[in-house]
Amino acid sequence: MDKIKELERKSRARNTAWTVAVFALLVLWAVIVLFPFYWMLLTSVKSYASYNAEYVPKFFTLSPTIENYVQAFTAVPLAKYFVNTIIFTIVTTGLMLIIVVLSAFAFSRLEFKGKNLVFTLFLSLMMIPNELVIITNFVTITNAGLRNSFAGLILPSVTSVFYIYLLKENFEQIPDELYKAAKVDGTSDFKYLWKVMIPICRPTIVTVVILKVIECWNSYVWPRLITDDENYFLVSNGIQTIRESGFGRENIPAMMAAVVVISVPLIILFLIFHKKIMEGVSRGGTKG
Amino acid sequence: MYNRNNLKGWLYLLPALAFVVVFMVYPLIDVFIYSFEESYNFASQTYTGIGLYNYSYILHDPYFLQAVKNTFILVIITVPLSTGIALLISLALNSIKKLKDLFQTVFFLPYVTNTLAVGLVFMILFKKTAYSEGLINLLLNSIGISSIDFIEGPYWAKMFVLCFYTVWVVLPFKILILTSALASVNKDYYNVARIDGTSKLRIFTRITLPMISPSLFYLIITGFIGAFKAYSDVVALFGTDLNAAGMNTIVGYVYDMLYGNSGGYPSFASAAALVLFAIVLTITVINLLVSRKNVHYQ
Repeated sequence: MDKIKELERKSRARNTAWTVAVFALLVLWAVIVLFPFYWMLLTSVKSYASYNAEYVPKFFTLSPTIENYVQAFTAVPLAKYFVNTIIFTIVTTGLMLIIVVLSAFAFSRLEFKGKNLVFTLFLSLMMIPNELVIITNFVTITNAGLRNSFAGLILPSVTSVFYIYLLKENFEQIPDELYKAAKVDGTSDFKYLWKVMIPICRPTIVTVVILKVIECWNSYVWPRLITDDENYFLVSNGIQTIRESGFGRENIPAMMAAVVVISVPLIILFLIFHKKIMEGVSRGGTKG
Repeated sequence: MYNRNNLKGWLYLLPALAFVVVFMVYPLIDVFIYSFEESYNFASQTYTGIGLYNYSYILHDPYFLQAVKNTFILVIITVPLSTGIALLISLALNSIKKLKDLFQTVFFLPYVTNTLAVGLVFMILFKKTAYSEGLINLLLNSIGISSIDFIEGPYWAKMFVLCFYTVWVVLPFKILILTSALASVNKDYYNVARIDGTSKLRIFTRITLPMISPSLFYLIITGFIGAFKAYSDVVALFGTDLNAAGMNTIVGYVYDMLYGNSGGYPSFASAAALVLFAIVLTITVINLLVSRKNVHYQ
């Protein structure tokens, strides 16, 4: 009897040790993930003088200041970058949504010659890396005189073959009977799409929108190629400019304030929609 | 009736088709053409001949070779490392009940952040300035290691920061995929194994690993593709003049050739992009062949 108790005690001790190790690992990684965010927030509220006076940086501050935020908005056109990015994100996402919904509808519900051929073409394009097509797009947009314009920024990124595919799969799950019933009632295709399909598939559409917004907000490569006029910079390019020529001197607290301002919208979006975002990404998002 | 339907179908498809043709299909053909046009002039859009000169040029360009070397080192270090760490963390996540959601959410946070912006924070943490050694160096000092200039110093130190940041950036996606793969393994297998008194290690290698192997290979394949295309995180850490920093990547080389200080050469850029594509394709095919032998599909 004692032997069994002894064994139980040992195995419980081992389990506790195991749990402690598991939590230690998780906490360690959580710290590594969160620390950069804490550090940028902390640094952004330290004054320029006190930041530079700290040879050993302090892990907290008792006299937070918003002077860096004021600087970030006055010394560099951060507000401009911000507004540009919002316009870019809204217009790109909006246009993409229209295009994606229309073509997903055509692929899933309408019958026409050549449909399967075009769909196969679309699918095969999913494997094409952006780096291959960006070169010609750069030339196309440059020759069209669309450098440093919103049209130039937006147009190449308003289609997404992947989202068309995702939405088409979702549309196809809607039973045929609904469509036939609507047809009997004399509903037009467009009205059916608008009144029936879109509401039913709203969760997928929301996912697509969120993923696209994240992508737009973080896009860097294409905007950098196509704009060299600060008036059309998006936040990513803005932050790079701030880093390289920024505040006239190496003003790290102000730089961090700009970083905080840029990061906050997506973090808020994430806090609200984290379930949806994680679900959407696991259904087929990759970074980039 | 059928004709009308035909027309309607194409009409709904028209916007997508137009954009796909102009911004994907045409460029795809064009990039091959560019890569064979010699001494293409951007302004006059003329070229002197057709041939392999562009490929030969980039393959002899020390900047390109440096970029290839950097990219390969980055890939070889970060893909196994990030997949391994992600597996470890996912296993840990999956073995707890309390706080699982919280940890999962926290771990996913880097996915939604701007790579450029957060890269700047990493730069600050590692950078040695006139005022301060930087936080990481102070940590190193406290365990008796002298300061290292991670951002402008020796090559291996820069590579270390880059790998560290890359792993930090790619981990959220991998943890997410592996955690959901682990959660979907049928619990009956584990219960049966436990009754048989199977050891933890054996349960892991004989049940867990085979069951999640499809996800694992998916991650390895996309991990390779993503790591080969590294660029923004490098810019975040070392600035836009990557050639000077000796930290350029293949994608960075493509963009530099296209635009920037040394830019204006779409032909060289195209050749470099196609070399990259060939490398990625080869690696992906190898991965698929390996996975066919080792992956257990239900």
